[in-house]
Amino acid sequence: MDAIILQILNGLDKGSAYALIALGLTLIFGTLGVVNFAHGALFMIGAFCAVTLSRILNFSFETIDPGKTDFLGNPATVETAYLEHWFGPEVGGAIIDWSVPLAILFSIPVMLVVGFVMERGLIKHFYKREHADQILVTFGLAIVLQEIIKYFYGANPIPTPAPDAFRGSLDFGVLLGFDPNAIIYPYWRLVYFLFAAVIIGAVFAFLRFTTFGMVVRAGMADRETVGLLGINIDKRFTIMFGIAAAVAGMAGVMYAPINSPNYHMGMDFLVLSFVVVVVGGMGSLPGAVLAGFLLGILESFASMNEVKSILPGIDQIIIYLVAIIILLTRPRGLMGRKGVMEG
Amino acid sequence: MLGLNRKDFLLFLVVTFLALFAPILLNPFPVGSAMAQFNAGYPDLMQRFVIFGIFAIGFNILFGLTGYLSFGHAAFLGVGSYSVVWMYKLLDYNILPGLFLAIVVSAVFALLIGFISLRRSGIYFSILTLAFAQMSFSLAYSVLTPITNGETGLQVYTSDPQILMSGFSPSSPHLFGLVMNDSSYLKFGGWEFTFNNGYYLCAVVLMVAFYLSIRIFRSPFGLMLRAVKSNQTRLNYTGLNPRPYTLAAFVISGMYAGLAGGLMAAMDPLAGAERMQWTASGEVVLMTILGGAGTLIGPILGAGFIKYFENIFSKINDSILHSWFAFLPDGLEDAVVFIIHPFIGKGWHLTLGILFVLVVVFLPGGLVEGGQRIARLFRRKPADKTDNDTSAKTDPAE
Repeated sequence: MDAIILQILNGLDKGSAYALIALGLTLIFGTLGVVNFAHGALFMIGAFCAVTLSRILNFSFETIDPGKTDFLGNPATVETAYLEHWFGPEVGGAIIDWSVPLAILFSIPVMLVVGFVMERGLIKHFYKREHADQILVTFGLAIVLQEIIKYFYGANPIPTPAPDAFRGSLDFGVLLGFDPNAIIYPYWRLVYFLFAAVIIGAVFAFLRFTTFGMVVRAGMADRETVGLLGINIDKRFTIMFGIAAAVAGMAGVMYAPINSPNYHMGMDFLVLSFVVVVVGGMGSLPGAVLAGFLLGILESFASMNEVKSILPGIDQIIIYLVAIIILLTRPRGLMGRKGVMEG
Repeated sequence: MLGLNRKDFLLFLVVTFLALFAPILLNPFPVGSAMAQFNAGYPDLMQRFVIFGIFAIGFNILFGLTGYLSFGHAAFLGVGSYSVVWMYKLLDYNILPGLFLAIVVSAVFALLIGFISLRRSGIYFSILTLAFAQMSFSLAYSVLTPITNGETGLQVYTSDPQILMSGFSPSSPHLFGLVMNDSSYLKFGGWEFTFNNGYYLCAVVLMVAFYLSIRIFRSPFGLMLRAVKSNQTRLNYTGLNPRPYTLAAFVISGMYAGLAGGLMAAMDPLAGAERMQWTASGEVVLMTILGGAGTLIGPILGAGFIKYFENIFSKINDSILHSWFAFLPDGLEDAVVFIIHPFIGKGWHLTLGILFVLVVVFLPGGLVEGGQRIARLFRRKPADKTDNDTSAKTDPAE
């Protein structure tokens, strides 16, 4: 029993990342009808927002500390971050420590701008072209974004730690009455899951309860009629693209402590997120979220040793296998609407 | 001639000429001159041109004719390589059995994957092929290690059976004694040309592959594939089932990919799982689109273009740039070098990505369309539809 709960928990954090990326992909596909192969790159840029902010916060100056000497006998230089100098070591240190959560605030405007520029500058011209063309142009764009990041940050993963308060693990088993150390779960993964839940809830609430969201949903159902009612639907869809980019970016920011960001992390996630979208049903937001968590949990179950001893290698291919089965038996996906993209 | 019409025959001759004289044509700069590093006429690179040319020709039969965008063709490339290396391990270093096995095995693979993937079209097809290729890649890395040797890559060890190996057989890939790595050299003034056996084998295979692709493009079968691309629904209404045709196209292009993978292993007796990764599939997509999908010559051009500039761009560094722009005033020179710097050397992929985006946006017909536009500009004739249907263009690339 405890093993099962542990696997479910393990699946949740990866599932959250899949769900967030897939949600953004679906938002873009549902509103603009564009298949965005550059969405993984947006996730990656988000993760690098965290890296950038932590570097900015760590800007420091050198002072000579007469009290100490280095191994050559010269007076040692001490690096002090400006923040610690300005606000004192207590407050400044705390700000630096919390750079990843702070990076969420930093990433939102950045990602919105990136999203707007992408949509207005390039993707706008591809609404009327075939899906194959959209895949190609966004694939090219993904390469460009990836290489730009590689140029500035190098090819190696950059460790970006979570705040001190969230390092370490929670003994989750004790809360449920199991033996101590039966279910150990790192705090940050718990935070990631809660964060994902909040973001997903916020996106749904935004679409459900605001006038803006209502118009967008109407536009998803029938773009032309909404346009005929005198509403500038294109502008709203552009904003939705920005929001989708921001969601992917925030998912990336929070993922940075789990997996050190490197320039091709987006591509790695992209393939899986597309599979998630297809399983959930093209254009279905709840489907994307459901499939994200489902596949994350399935993946973690498949990587249990008991399962692997029966079906070796299953953990590597389970997601693809599920996708193939779903596509062949129920092409519209788990929660897709009938007749939408069943080709 | 050869069952081709005049234009196609001319095109075939051009490709033959280019392939046969590539060692000379690609070495325009004398040895020792400042430009000598931009010579591309060395065996390793020329082999890559030709092998990726074959790969792209095959991909074009599927994507160019039927419009099905496969993101998983690298799987066949990997399967081809593994087959050839296994034949080395079991028989001897003769490449012929390996190449046959590569084509057969990749055809079987393509039949399986195609049979399932082709039940869907459009983006679903792309994702299905991607999923299959990623699955093969992960399996080759993990569970199938006894067959693929995992991360190390498959290679020949002295403990392998090699039952046909005798004292006289060469201990590197060969074709009935003709060793692939051997080259003959020709010195002519300041120039030195390398004629490599392996390259010429690849070139001959390329010519055959290209000839077959022309025949396929011109056959009733090719016409059928184009019908699938332009309107599948209408094809259904005329009472025809498009699936056998698309499946055949998929298998053929899979066999081309397997052959290309086999040739890679024939030039260098190694096979690794990274050949199956989806970035490799992406590369052939780039080549075909950049050259011009749906045209005969486009994929070869694209493959040559990408491989050539990949090689050249990665060689350019800041000091070369400084020497190029030395005529500019100092400050301006530094500024120009600073601007160009991200795009050269290791930044080649950035250049390629930007180029690719530009081609998809402005030049959907790729380099071939670009060439035609320029040609039309010079001819200064009012462009009418029949006139610009020149040698290379076979189908308005969409």
